[in-house]
Amino acid sequence: MLKIADKTFSSRLFTGTGKFSNSQLMTDAIIASGSELVTMALKRVDLNEQQDNILAPLLKHNLNLLPNTSGARNADEAIYAAQLAREALGTHFVKIEIHPDPKYLLPDPIETLKACETLSAMGFAVMPYVHADPVLCKRLEEVGVAAVMPLGSPIGSNLGLKTKEFIQIIIEQSSVPVVVDAGIGSPSDAAFAMEMGADAVLVNSAIAVARDPVEMAIAFKDAVIAGRRAYKAGLGGRSLQAQASSPLTAFLDDF
Amino acid sequence: MTFLDRFNQIHWDEMKISIHSKTAVDVENALQSSRLNHEQFLALISPAAEPYLEAMAQKSMHLTRQRFGNTLQLYIPLYLSNKCTNICTYCGFSLDNKIRRKTLKMEELDREVAAIKKMGFDHILLVTGEAPGTVGVSYIKSVIERLRPHFSHISIEVQPLDQEDYESLMEAGLDAVLVYQETYHRSAYEKYHLRGSKMDFNYRLETADRLGRAGIDKIGVGALIGLEDWRTDSAMVAAHLDYLEKTYWRTRYSISFPRLRPCEGEFQPVSVISDRQLVQLICAYRLFKPEAELSLSTRESEKFRDNVLPLDITTMSAYSSTHPGGYADDNILGNEDLEQFTIDDNRRPEAVAEAIRAKGLEPVWKDWSHCFSH
Repeated sequence: MLKIADKTFSSRLFTGTGKFSNSQLMTDAIIASGSELVTMALKRVDLNEQQDNILAPLLKHNLNLLPNTSGARNADEAIYAAQLAREALGTHFVKIEIHPDPKYLLPDPIETLKACETLSAMGFAVMPYVHADPVLCKRLEEVGVAAVMPLGSPIGSNLGLKTKEFIQIIIEQSSVPVVVDAGIGSPSDAAFAMEMGADAVLVNSAIAVARDPVEMAIAFKDAVIAGRRAYKAGLGGRSLQAQASSPLTAFLDDF
Repeated sequence: MTFLDRFNQIHWDEMKISIHSKTAVDVENALQSSRLNHEQFLALISPAAEPYLEAMAQKSMHLTRQRFGNTLQLYIPLYLSNKCTNICTYCGFSLDNKIRRKTLKMEELDREVAAIKKMGFDHILLVTGEAPGTVGVSYIKSVIERLRPHFSHISIEVQPLDQEDYESLMEAGLDAVLVYQETYHRSAYEKYHLRGSKMDFNYRLETADRLGRAGIDKIGVGALIGLEDWRTDSAMVAAHLDYLEKTYWRTRYSISFPRLRPCEGEFQPVSVISDRQLVQLICAYRLFKPEAELSLSTRESEKFRDNVLPLDITTMSAYSSTHPGGYADDNILGNEDLEQFTIDDNRRPEAVAEAIRAKGLEPVWKDWSHCFSH
């Protein structure tokens, strides 16, 4: 079981609510994915409206909410948004997204660290969206985040794990769960991240924009399970060459 | 350094020749590229790209869905005043047009807000003519303050202002500013703008720089299609956008492509863009800037809007009235004597939302939060 802050999860696939063509399809896909933690942009939901078409189905199905601060351009805005979310939604979980660059939506490491330090001290379970920067992830861990969420490639790009070497380092060094977020374009990307030892993945666009989001959600669910299983089973090493002979050390056999 | 410095090095005629010299090879090269430069954009708006329209549409629809998902944002314009001290020969609000002039008082504004909220809108665009005496910064600011509790996102389309004015409006809750150059052809601009502050081409051209420096969240750019050769004007818009994106990288951008429509006065466009060419232009913008918001107003017909919306459009208005007080007034479409231009798509918001759903997209009413307003 995966544990983040005070919550445990049997599914290691986290999902999102953006980009779906309607609220029913969103609900069906999330349910099919088996996901137990669902992120949604605060800017898209009406916190005062119980019948909000994103919020209402999530609450109805008892899903854990992970409100995110998408739209925030600095630490102050993210902190304010997190407080609003906690008050309105009754969850201390928050995904910190601070991307001042609206073109590639890349996270601002300086503002993110600031926001995470403040929010962790305020008792939030903070899950920051960050570049795959191992040092930043350690710094975030030191200020008390509940997990780190390094990107595979830019949000919505579906480009896969372009940062895989760095994610590998983050996984190796991290004492908090590592959730690979952004850029996962296909179930094979998700399986690959899990095989590398990621604790979970977050997938939104690749499900929401698929021709059949429900089928794609199931495909991701299976891929994450398979990837995790492979990681635990221990993958064999890879090599293009056969390892039959040992030309450099064969002489030792003569002794 | 502002865009004006760069603009002064661009020659209209050379740009026009460059567009018309593009070949099928240039178009194919642009279509295969994943990140287009300005020259490749020129190829896509050139006559050489006309046979490639379907391929452009397919690719741009794919990019739009990937970036924005299966959603479309709705907003409504609110006309605060049709008073104007400018003479612009193409505009229904022009000082020399004998129309009834009206500026909304605060109580009238409240009635408009109530009517608009009833329709479901949460993003609003405030529009005025240019009359700094009655509709100056302090009036606009008090309107924004009054609207702030009712709307998640507030934009304005008013006369160009100074940087500190924008900063003061942002403090009151302003999120975005739309300011169109009308035409980037300097001497044509002078010919169209005969009186008033709008005559100052340079001040208008540098407006986006002042907004960028003020740190506004979103800037809308565009040219009024029909005042000059549409291809060259659009090439200028693209050059402007390129500059802005690099200089003010924290700001979001939206592009509009209003076509001149019949209005008060006898103005006829000098450059006519066909429906087919407008689709070509919109797709070219999408391929050039996959992250830009592309906005389509009710100036366009129902049929045109319904067919173009799934391709590239991210933002649409619905049920717009261009006369001040038009929403609270039951007889919304009967007040033609106050209008800036004629609306073609008159459907009610719910009907537009239904048309969006029919294309497999979710109409989005709210996509911003006060927490992110300065």
